[in-house]
Amino acid sequence: MRVPMTEYLEIDVETESWHCRRCGHYLTSARRNYKEGLLVYDRNPQEIHRPILRADVYPFTFSPDPKWCRILEFYCPQCGTQVETEYLPPGHPPTYDMEFDLEALKARMAGKNSSHKGGNPA
Amino acid sequence: MAVMNQQELLEKFLGQTPLFLGPDPDIMKEHDIAPQTDEEARALQLTTDPRVISLVRSRLQSGVNEAFEMEEQMGAAPGAKWGDLICGIYSASGDLALSSTGGVLVFSTLTQHPVKFIRKYWMNEPTVGVRPGDVFMHNDARYGNIHNTDQSIIIPVFHEGVLIAWISAIVHEGENGAVEPGGMPSAAESPYMEGLKISPLKVGENYQLKRDLVTYFQNSVREPKLQLEDMKSKLFTTLRVKQRLEEAIADYGVNAVVATLRRTLEDTKEEVKRRLREWPDGTVRTVLFADSTLRENVLVKINLTLTKTGDRLVFDFRGSSPEFMNRANNTVLASLKGMLSQLFLSFVWPDLPRNQAVFAPIELVVEPRSTLNSSYETPNAQSMMTFFPAFSAGQAAVAKFLYSSERRYTELIAPWYNMITTFIYGGITQHGETVGNLCADLNGMGGGAHETHDGEHSIAPIFAAMADIGEQEFNEEENPFMQLVSKKLMRDNQAFGKFRGGQGYQMMMTTKGSPFWGFMTTCIGSKFPSITGLFGGYACPTYPLCKVKGVNVFEEFQIHPERFSFTIEDIMNDRPFPNATYSTHHMGLQFELAKDGELYMITQGSGGGYGDVLERDPQLVMKDLEEELISPWTASEIYHVVYDPDTLRVDEEATLQERLQERQRRLQRGVPYQEFVKTWVTNEPPADLPFFGSWNDRDVIYAGGYAGMPQTKMAADAITPVMMPDPKDVRIAELEQILAQIQHGMEPSHG
Ligand SMILES: [Zn+2]
Repeated sequence: MRVPMTEYLEIDVETESWHCRRCGHYLTSARRNYKEGLLVYDRNPQEIHRPILRADVYPFTFSPDPKWCRILEFYCPQCGTQVETEYLPPGHPPTYDMEFDLEALKARMAGKNSSHKGGNPA
Repeated sequence: MAVMNQQELLEKFLGQTPLFLGPDPDIMKEHDIAPQTDEEARALQLTTDPRVISLVRSRLQSGVNEAFEMEEQMGAAPGAKWGDLICGIYSASGDLALSSTGGVLVFSTLTQHPVKFIRKYWMNEPTVGVRPGDVFMHNDARYGNIHNTDQSIIIPVFHEGVLIAWISAIVHEGENGAVEPGGMPSAAESPYMEGLKISPLKVGENYQLKRDLVTYFQNSVREPKLQLEDMKSKLFTTLRVKQRLEEAIADYGVNAVVATLRRTLEDTKEEVKRRLREWPDGTVRTVLFADSTLRENVLVKINLTLTKTGDRLVFDFRGSSPEFMNRANNTVLASLKGMLSQLFLSFVWPDLPRNQAVFAPIELVVEPRSTLNSSYETPNAQSMMTFFPAFSAGQAAVAKFLYSSERRYTELIAPWYNMITTFIYGGITQHGETVGNLCADLNGMGGGAHETHDGEHSIAPIFAAMADIGEQEFNEEENPFMQLVSKKLMRDNQAFGKFRGGQGYQMMMTTKGSPFWGFMTTCIGSKFPSITGLFGGYACPTYPLCKVKGVNVFEEFQIHPERFSFTIEDIMNDRPFPNATYSTHHMGLQFELAKDGELYMITQGSGGGYGDVLERDPQLVMKDLEEELISPWTASEIYHVVYDPDTLRVDEEATLQERLQERQRRLQRGVPYQEFVKTWVTNEPPADLPFFGSWNDRDVIYAGGYAGMPQTKMAADAITPVMMPDPKDVRIAELEQILAQIQHGMEPSHG
């Protein structure tokens, strides 16, 4: 039984594993950081938020300073979906951002008849 | 009888003879509702019909909403006119039980503290006392407030001689006599430079303001008329609520009213706990970096670990930056609670009654002397520069719990834009008045992208779901400034994603016809985005202050009207005025005098993006392109849409292929996580990066790496406040170094 945890990630409570919701790819154990199953790219932020003012003239250009800020882009290794982004100073450890209590999740699922759908408010 | 030793005697003496009644730590650290009193228990016993509670609650709610409208209409402060206020009813113990639906809900959790201070210290103090007809006020955030530009009026309500409730109105007044005009000084280097700091104080009796005190306040601020007008308007507002409360007592009896206030608090708290049980159990972590103290660019880390277990929710901010001894960006812990509380009231459970019990079951862990739990001696007038990012970290973290929650009460959204992008101003107006206040554009923040659709452009401030951006023209009638371009959305100022954030507009400000006029801006996020995206979406871009000085555009309009352009991009890149100087800066502009026709230009920010850009509907990309919200570059390089540039017709097949190829490129450039962290992660912050906060261990706090300050380390539970050098001294040192190099015949190295 798979529980959607984000737009792109789900936890299989029986096999205790993180999966990509777009392609079903196994990422890692649900007891570990899902990022361990993803690819990472150190993106220069100026490639995404490109300078709107002339970078040769002005110190501030509407674009982040690449010496202060990098974008870590996390991709599913099978389908290439961008599962997460993280804006960090160079060298800063990526965040172990989601650590859910698997036993509590299992207990909740056991109390239900059908698979839970993460979704809109009723 | 036991003999007291000297130490005990001294403590007893000091206990009975306090030399100074500072903020009470017991009052300030508590945010739960007060224990049920005997009177409340009796009232609850006598009021068993839930329909009566519901009726009384509706009566009181419309009373505070009516008061809100009144204050919005009567208040003289610009902030009052666009809803930067709240009105509320408190229990006799001082718990805020009902507040107005609109306005700044940040106040809902933190205005209890001054009421509780009055109860504890002035009620039985023979020189003060609390009697029918008394009027109190406060503004010092260290006793419970957002910042001291907000001023309250608080009145007690008695029924047959018994204190049964309190009523307050609190408004963002603006001017408060600080070192800079407008009430939110970023140049304040100590609390004594932040203007009026009013601890809870009796300012009236028999519902009459004491004229001697009012005169003193008027002499202490730049807008003396505003000071009087709004003390009066807030007093009349609270009296209207009192009238509605007394009418409810006449119709339903005092017990029904007391029971309703208590029940509303208790039920709200229980309902929050029930809703928390619907969330999955676990821990979510977020880091955010405020890139400025408003005096200089440095990285101020906000580190959040949010843990939910059953009906417990703990915001743990350990590992965040230390406090700054001589910068105004520090947050008093109670202010942080207020901000986090309205995360739930405005964005997560907007259907709940507006009261402080929404935050009662939620716990906070913040190290003392962290910038989010700053001490008495530090300034806090610009606390928003740390508690807004803390809010945004909370908003991103809460979304990760809500996605798999059993039930949701709102749609999921990416973080809201979080900076007060507006002009603060001061000087002498065309009418000869001295003023200091701000424009309402801070309320035009872009909304975060939703899980099913794009965010709304310039929709509402992060701190108030219902507020207005006011009439710019109205402002211009009263003040000698003009926004030559206003409310014009900026191209590519977009947080990209499957659903994009709502965008922000540009403002081109200038002044005309004043002998003395100046501006301030107070935002972070010019080097490092101030919010994140959600689930693979991108953050907002960064925002500079742009200036064009040494020109009078009004003269240019007469000679070369064609030279003027209507976007910041064109004016800064094309430099249409030959002899002007063009410059960009971070958004912490201390009060600066402006000459007629000089340009100050800023841009309101975008809410965060949601989801992968490659999943964005190509038709939505074309719509944004057609509306000039994005450039052709963004359509093809960010969203990877292939289209006919003349007709904007999407080539569906080519777009599909291009997006598949981009996915392949991602697989090629992406590195497996374990491999990546081996080369990416460093043990310490880069030596030349000004960094404040933890790095890889939240118990070790770094501070320094700026202007010759060495990068020092300290234990998180033993923080030493940071003392920053004067930015002008830093600049002088840089220039002296360059001068020395020139004098020694060396090629100068530019700092
Ligand atoms: Zn996948």
